[in-house]
Amino acid sequence: MATDDTQNVIDQPEVLKPRMVTIEIAGKKADVPEGITVIKAMWYAGIDVVRGVGCLGGFCGACATYYRTKDDPKVRTCLACQTAVQDGMSFTMMPPFPARKATYDIQTLQDPKQDLFNLYPEAPLCRNCNACTEACPQKIDVREGVWKAVFGDFKSVSEMFMDCVMCGMCTPVCIADIAPNLVALYVSRAQGAHFAEQPVGLDTRIKEIQDGRFNDEWNKVLKMNDKELAEHCAAVK
Amino acid sequence: MDIHALQQIVHKTRDARRKQTIPKFSSADRDQLIHKYHPDFRASAYRPIAFGPNESDKTVVELAMLLEGDSSIQDDLDLTPQYTADVLVIGGGGAGCAAALHAHGAGAKTILATKLRLGDSNSVMAQGGMQISVAPEDSPVTHFIDTLKGGHMQNDHALLKVMVEDGPSIAKWLLELGVLFDRQADGNLHVKKGGGSSKPRLLTCSDYTGLEIMRVLKDEVINQKIQLLEFAAAVELLSDESGACTGAIFKDLDNQRQVVVAAKAVILATGGIGRLHIQGFPTSNHYGATGDGLCLAYRMGAKLAHIDTFQYHPSGAVYPEQLIGALVTEGIRSEGGQLVNAKGERFVNELDTRDVVSSSIIRECEEGRGIRTMSGRVGVWLDTPLLDAEHGPGTVEKHFPAMMLQFERFGIDISKDPVLIYPTLHYQNGGVKIDTNSETNVNNLFVAGEASGGLHGRNRLMGNSLLDLMVFGKRSGLTAAGRATAMKQGKLTLKHLQGFRAEARKHGNVSGVISPMILPAYTRKVG
Ligand SMILES: Cc1cc2nc3c(=O)[nH]c(=O)nc-3n(C[C@H](O)[C@H](O)[C@H](O)COP(=O)(O)OP(=O)(O)OC[C@H]3O[C@@H](n4cnc5c(N)ncnc54)[C@H](O)[C@@H]3O)c2cc1C
Ligand code: SF4
Ligand code: SF4
Ligand code: FES
Repeated sequence: MATDDTQNVIDQPEVLKPRMVTIEIAGKKADVPEGITVIKAMWYAGIDVVRGVGCLGGFCGACATYYRTKDDPKVRTCLACQTAVQDGMSFTMMPPFPARKATYDIQTLQDPKQDLFNLYPEAPLCRNCNACTEACPQKIDVREGVWKAVFGDFKSVSEMFMDCVMCGMCTPVCIADIAPNLVALYVSRAQGAHFAEQPVGLDTRIKEIQDGRFNDEWNKVLKMNDKELAEHCAAVK
Repeated sequence: MDIHALQQIVHKTRDARRKQTIPKFSSADRDQLIHKYHPDFRASAYRPIAFGPNESDKTVVELAMLLEGDSSIQDDLDLTPQYTADVLVIGGGGAGCAAALHAHGAGAKTILATKLRLGDSNSVMAQGGMQISVAPEDSPVTHFIDTLKGGHMQNDHALLKVMVEDGPSIAKWLLELGVLFDRQADGNLHVKKGGGSSKPRLLTCSDYTGLEIMRVLKDEVINQKIQLLEFAAAVELLSDESGACTGAIFKDLDNQRQVVVAAKAVILATGGIGRLHIQGFPTSNHYGATGDGLCLAYRMGAKLAHIDTFQYHPSGAVYPEQLIGALVTEGIRSEGGQLVNAKGERFVNELDTRDVVSSSIIRECEEGRGIRTMSGRVGVWLDTPLLDAEHGPGTVEKHFPAMMLQFERFGIDISKDPVLIYPTLHYQNGGVKIDTNSETNVNNLFVAGEASGGLHGRNRLMGNSLLDLMVFGKRSGLTAAGRATAMKQGKLTLKHLQGFRAEARKHGNVSGVISPMILPAYTRKVG
């Protein structure tokens, strides 16, 4: 039950009286409440969205969208589930882009740094235009990542692209037909599978389980009746 | 009041709170708290299911209606298959990808069909991490005990034992595929402490654990050339004369056509129910989390377990409006983030289990110590700046980049200002009952991941779901493949549906809805 004290209420005049704004969805005008997300604006305008929505949480990249704000010539990119609409905004969702993904067996690569050039021969042809970086809604320095991949600094690439939601917005803009996100995905997997250290403790634990090191403890626990088990659990802090 | 003015109390009380320790509740207190405040105990939200394998068991009305709902398929549909497979995996999240990869690896002709794109799922959003007992001071038995405790002792012991024991080899498999788990300086896997766990056990990939795992698994599914059917929503399963599962019918969401797939074994990996908005709660779940697998399996005669209990994650965003329901990762609390009411007081041990923490937040709000928004919501503060104060400036940004960016997009810097949170509908604790091979009581019908039930008892411990997906994805994939490659394809019939419809008629067709739901109806129809 809510209390009657009015002290702890956040001021949100926009919520009490939503201001309607006019936006353009794929070239068509619509009036929607200010501040709702781009996806909600489409639903509000009566548009069913199937392609273009996935996680609704900013992680899957399904909702890649181009938009422009009032009187600004610059077309920007965003994730539609994570961006609020404003008056005069104009947007269109990005259609799936037919980028080429190389296929490979990550575990049997012989020379992953060299293999990059066989799998993605276009990668070293980057012309440094920086369009990919400008297109990235996750603010990744995509151009830098492509260069680091080409120069074999796989570790940095894997760290830089941890935020990549694979929205693909860096791809259609590339004048060298590189799909930077796919290059980075290959590089990150290769880094993990081939260049990261072997965690010794993990192997030890796997062996302990195989060798039955915990069997006595298991026997003890699995033999307990409900009451004993409850007491045993309660004793663990 | 201005939000910054309301936040002052959090800043002012920070230093005093830092020194304070709050003990966990005794088990009696905790039960009392949960019974009084947890949404699972709101009797008016529940009703018995009218018929079927769980007849007279109680569940929330939103789910009961769908379980009793009618199929969109006509009894006399032409069942000539467009595709055939040994193993059909339904659902493209973590459980589905793991199942498909293992089934394919074992030599089965595998099809993976999913409602949206491959990977559009709850799995990509998992931020907190994955529990696996890799640390020397930890053990699978301790993992078992912690989970049991979190699940109110209701977990299926056999399922739980195989999950904790398979864990380390799953970590190895993921590493070999290139998943970049965080490391310690010595190269060993870094483990974090999670709510309800007695030992640090969470493996993480920054706060993108699910995304990183899914990027890799999706890539591998494509590299292995596993046949994919995207934008294909399963709307009915198929059965032979004996009632065994023999395939499924899909609706192609691009052209609305029906697609029949014949398969010797079917693995349902359709995930959770958040988008049913049970009891009106906002949700952290993806667009397609509408409980489809539960309806499909139920009509086939599969028994469900623990479907009266759901997980309300303690920290769903309440402000700004655009992020309502979105998850504020538990990792923040694992690293010492405190919960603070409108009076600047802590009220619970932040690392207690989720049901306890959620119940205590609801208590604070119902007793008038919450902070309200003008859209009628209420919440308490999560003191995020405390992390920078405690571990040095830049901690929030470095450890929670996804979280930072999400709020930054709406002009909020969570390293400087606390976040307003309230429980959000997060996870379906129960689901279709399975055995240790992930099989249901219906022959050749497997269920893996969040759609399955029994493993987590009445409250899932954080980080156990990602492990569940990988372990039971693997077990279902291997068992299904082993069986399928040695048997003939059974007949494709809708006998089970005819039986189900007869039952429904006997009970007066109470539900009146078509299920599964497929997608929530968010599009405004009038206006
Ligand atoms: C925001 C968030 C954070 C989380 N954080 C963590 C964490 O840190 N650690 C942890 O262990 N767990 C976490 N969880 C829980 C965990 O992520 C999920 O329980 C888990 O990902 C479920 O995996 P799944 O493969 O069973 O289902 P999902 O990943 O949801 O995949 C289900 C798939 O099935 C598809 N599908 C659904 N219906 C149909 C149909 N009718 N036909 C065809 N396809 C269908 C969906 O589109 C989707 O692709 C989190 C969950 C959320 C929502
Ligand atoms: S790197 Fe490319 S695919 Fe990844 S988030 Fe940025 S724009 Fe999207
Ligand atoms: S868009 Fe292409 S060419 Fe331009 S910087 Fe990026 S990778 Fe290089
Ligand atoms: S819907 Fe997944 S990022 Fe927007």
